Amino acid sequence: MSSIQNDNFSFDEKSQGLAKIALAKYPNDRKQSAVMPFLDIAQRQNGGWLSQPSIEYVAEQLEMPFIKVWEVVTFYTMYNTKPVGKNFVQVCTTTPCWLRGSENIVKACKEIISENQCDVAHNNLFSWMEVECLGACVNAPMIQINDDFYEDLDYESTKNILQSLIDNKPLKIGSQIGRLGSRGANNAQ
Amino acid sequence: MLSNKDKIFTNLYGEESFELKMAYVRGDWDNTKALMQKGSSWIIDEIKNSQLRGRGGAGFPTGLKWSFMPKDSEKSNYLVVNADESEPGTCKDRDMIRNDPHKLIEGCLLASFAMGAHKCYIYIRGEYFNESVVLEKAVAEAYAAGLIGKNACESGWDLDIYIHRGAGAYICGEETALLESLEGKKGQPRLKPPFPANKGLYGSPTTVNNVETIAVVPTILRRGANWFSSFGREKNTGTKVFCISGHVNNPCNVEEEMSIPLKELIDKHAGGVIGGWDNLKAIIPGGSSVPMIPKSVCDDVLMDFDSLVAAKSGLGTAAVIVMDQSTDLVKAIARIARFYKHESCGQCTPCREGTGWMWRILEKIAIGNSSSAEIDKLLDVTKQIEGHTICALGDAAAWPIQGLFRHFRDEIEENLKKGNYVA
Repeated sequence: MSSIQNDNFSFDEKSQGLAKIALAKYPNDRKQSAVMPFLDIAQRQNGGWLSQPSIEYVAEQLEMPFIKVWEVVTFYTMYNTKPVGKNFVQVCTTTPCWLRGSENIVKACKEIISENQCDVAHNNLFSWMEVECLGACVNAPMIQINDDFYEDLDYESTKNILQSLIDNKPLKIGSQIGRLGSRGANNAQ
Repeated sequence: MLSNKDKIFTNLYGEESFELKMAYVRGDWDNTKALMQKGSSWIIDEIKNSQLRGRGGAGFPTGLKWSFMPKDSEKSNYLVVNADESEPGTCKDRDMIRNDPHKLIEGCLLASFAMGAHKCYIYIRGEYFNESVVLEKAVAEAYAAGLIGKNACESGWDLDIYIHRGAGAYICGEETALLESLEGKKGQPRLKPPFPANKGLYGSPTTVNNVETIAVVPTILRRGANWFSSFGREKNTGTKVFCISGHVNNPCNVEEEMSIPLKELIDKHAGGVIGGWDNLKAIIPGGSSVPMIPKSVCDDVLMDFDSLVAAKSGLGTAAVIVMDQSTDLVKAIARIARFYKHESCGQCTPCREGTGWMWRILEKIAIGNSSSAEIDKLLDVTKQIEGHTICALGDAAAWPIQGLFRHFRDEIEENLKKGNYVA
């Protein structure tokens, strides 16, 4: 758990609405099923990571012991227990991306964001980390920034994307070489 | 080559909108009520006759799986759709969800009806956030049009569909880990028996099926079991979406006929291997869990369950990972070993300890700091893990390593002796 913590936490109005929708998906006597959506809602409200008070709050809401919620938090990789940058860059380096040059994508992140993974850099603008397969293998190599995938990358296009974030310029989500979804480039299927 | 008229996923690439009005144009939700009126036994028989095998990796006959669901259970039955697509190399379910979600939703209705389920959960991997947004929209459209919900399609059957997002854990693709996760716990696989068909979600009878398995159901029922089984070979029938990644000129997803020769698949749809077919070194034909096959096997192997098992590999998720002559195969498999080390749920000792150990030895081999005796020991450890864990993750971690040494041991040992691997 991070040494940086906020004092207290509770769902704001937007989160309360989302939590209500989430809870309605499960049987009344199975509130615990909502722990994953609740943690996601808490993390989004809390700027991309879960502080101890936010986890305690989720436990309270779902009438679960803190340890049961903490087990879930630490089991799943998408819950961050330390602060992340406003743009949280996840670089896939599993074999299909590695075969297509994910090492160059890591290099671009090191050069523009920070030498070390998970350092929050550029005045909170960024942090990056290596992750396992994100499931866009025919568009490798790829990165995920917050909720969006950027695909068919190389060293230059990755640097361009990161620089655009620094310059506050708009980004194009998806393939960076202009192909439609997973269709083969110059391919008339 | 599969003709366009026989493709099930006509919007795989998203040329058209995913929305209901376009789904109607594509033929989805066309008199679904009439299919349901033929009865649940007819649906299950039709799926059995189509010889559809599960598209999530294991290849279990779908109709048979459905027939395990109790008809007169006191508890409510559940259908759970596995959209936790996380097998490295695999990205087919993503396309079906973001571009053709109504095929999946209609499939959920037909499958739920056939198995006596009034509730269906779709468990989608957390990283597919945008895809989950599309799916939520499509489900809302289906509710608004009366296609699901109370008296779905005016069939008299009620069905609720809920979407549950995961949060980053490969193991939740294992069906009982997925159920644990859906119940709000760590995703650790359950001991079987009891099987989910008897005791699944919330202790109720549950069937877990892959996205593609469910999404092909409406088309099979409309065009007939015989149409579906006319593709491919006996017990390896139908059309299949393949994901072709790695060292090919045009990586892509493509729907093709089952049992298509691997070489034809790559040459016709992925623009061939980079540098030509002779530049091929090895292929992982079914996602990271299955053993690689060398070029000599790739030359004429067919892409189906039984053909690839005969070649000591597997169709798995049909994720074809191509590696050309430039590939350091030890590094490629070491990276897969690191993946399994990261994704082991930690429940069974052989897997929890073994995956990390195997990865470290492979990294040693990759830098030339190893020996023939150590390779023997590594292979022995893979045998100690294989078959000795609750779920198949242990096997999945062991097999790629066995495949590497089955085909390339001489070359790796030669390189070790020559000092060709340099730290």
